[in-house]
Amino acid sequence: MGFVKKKLFVYLAGKAGRQMNKSRTFLFYMFILPWLIGFFIFTAGPMIYSLYMSFTDFSGLGAANWVGLENYKKLFTGDPLFWQSLWNTIFYTIFGVPLGLVVGYMLAVLLNANVKFMGVFRTIFYLPSLVPTVASSLLWIIIFQPDFGIANAILDFFHLPTSNWLLSEEMVKPSLIIMSLWGAGGGMVIYLAGLQSVPASLYEAAELDGAGRFKKFWHITIPMTSNVIFFNLIMGLIGSFQIFTQAYVVSSGNGGPNYKSLFYVFYLYQDAFKFFKMGYASALAWILFIIILIFTLIQFKVFGKKVYYEYDE
Amino acid sequence: MEIAEVKAASPVKEKKTRSMKVGKRIERISTYALLVILSTVFIFPFLWLIGTSLKPENEAMTFPPTLIPKVWDFANYKDVFTLVSFGKYYLNSIIVSFFVVLGTVLSSTIVAYGFARIKGKGRNFWFVILLGTMMLPPQVTMIPVYMIFSKLGWINTFLPLIVPSFFGSAYFIFLLRQFFKTIPKELEESAYLDGCGTFGIFWRIVLPLSVPSVITVALLSFMWTWNDFLYPLIYLNDDAKYTLALGILQFKGALLIEWGPMMAASVLIILPLIILFFVGQKYFVQGIATTGGKG
Repeated sequence: MGFVKKKLFVYLAGKAGRQMNKSRTFLFYMFILPWLIGFFIFTAGPMIYSLYMSFTDFSGLGAANWVGLENYKKLFTGDPLFWQSLWNTIFYTIFGVPLGLVVGYMLAVLLNANVKFMGVFRTIFYLPSLVPTVASSLLWIIIFQPDFGIANAILDFFHLPTSNWLLSEEMVKPSLIIMSLWGAGGGMVIYLAGLQSVPASLYEAAELDGAGRFKKFWHITIPMTSNVIFFNLIMGLIGSFQIFTQAYVVSSGNGGPNYKSLFYVFYLYQDAFKFFKMGYASALAWILFIIILIFTLIQFKVFGKKVYYEYDE
Repeated sequence: MEIAEVKAASPVKEKKTRSMKVGKRIERISTYALLVILSTVFIFPFLWLIGTSLKPENEAMTFPPTLIPKVWDFANYKDVFTLVSFGKYYLNSIIVSFFVVLGTVLSSTIVAYGFARIKGKGRNFWFVILLGTMMLPPQVTMIPVYMIFSKLGWINTFLPLIVPSFFGSAYFIFLLRQFFKTIPKELEESAYLDGCGTFGIFWRIVLPLSVPSVITVALLSFMWTWNDFLYPLIYLNDDAKYTLALGILQFKGALLIEWGPMMAASVLIILPLIILFFVGQKYFVQGIATTGGKG
């Protein structure tokens, strides 16, 4: 029944021809209008304005004076906190993202082994990623509390050296990474979907060829889910570069101890909304933009465009 | 720690050659053992959270700590509402989340339908732009957008948190477009021949068929709004306007931390999310898997 109607539709569509295309274009723009307006007001316009502000000494009030490359020059040559916050962010990203990826992937692989109560386990691993960052940060402050926290109690029980965790210059970033691993179940769900879409016939063929479990994992599972892994890796990097809330909560908004938890966006926030150096903060924002743009371009380069969307017809 | 355990399990699999059956069984048992250990690790902080929320103050600060409170004390849950205006924060969060979900669902479905089905000139161009905005760190636009809202006199109101959602969210537009593209075109073509306009097709045919995906979007956008910290922090500076994420920090003073009430408040913040998760579990998983997995 659909066939005849489709033929008729195609015929009518063809006849209407060019005029139809025009009205369709008009319709298209009517439908995307809300987003289009929002794009200009909240994205395109502010981007241009923010780029302009990065060349000024704008303070949020009064006039913005053009200072040329002064902000950028100061960032790179005269601002130790810029480098400190960049280093903090890179450290957190380099260790946190791959670890989170491995934990999430391993959880997914374990769950994909056709286990009973899979739903129960999946829920247990996934739930922590639902917890609001503010709430999980407060919880981990208690767990990591040096005097009566459970983390030190466990170490103490096994006669291992205890730590000051979030209050220690060396341990504050590793502590934040441990906190982030608790939420690794969010990535697990994505991997699980990827693992479940690997055709069983591939494994059967490999088994006939005498491949063991490890070989199957290495030569089938990983390559077949590489898209998902790579997607998660890049999204993880982008997200990790924007870490803010955890650090703000555990350090009571000052990035301590001794700026060791002052991450990039945290520093940007302080400059903009605490010290009202809006021009300077805009320069910081644009450097962040360029860093993230590079991640994104790498992703497109490696993957081609079809990872995210497909053009139709 | 978890990784080490996963690695430790693999030598077990080498024994396969001796006896297929025994090997399979050992593999199975070790998988379950690992899952149980890992589940314990993942669930432990939750137990700790609930435990602390029920401990009286002196017990919350003893060493070594107790997992199960010796004295069950519900006073913390009462203190949550008396120490700070927690009820007010709760209401604020509900108001903001409600309007953000409304705005997101209304605008994102319409825009997504345009991208999914109407082949207008420039569609691919704008779609690439849309995807590009997903990658854009919000900090780049944060300061100018703040200036706009400041000029409008909207600082310390919910409007900066709510209004942008009525212009669609790139992530949800993308997610919904993916769903809309899976709906058979024949349905829409039939409706078209029956004289239904494009908006009518969208409203009467596509939307009713997409209820699950709309629920997914509503759930995810609710969750993100409920959890949002940075924007309330920037825009709300009056205690009476705080959302939960901001308000809960009141328990964490510079010198004094109210441990018990703080954990009780955390439980109360998490609770709606957990309930929603169990009610709409399949939508959560579907939403996350669709955008992350397929493309």
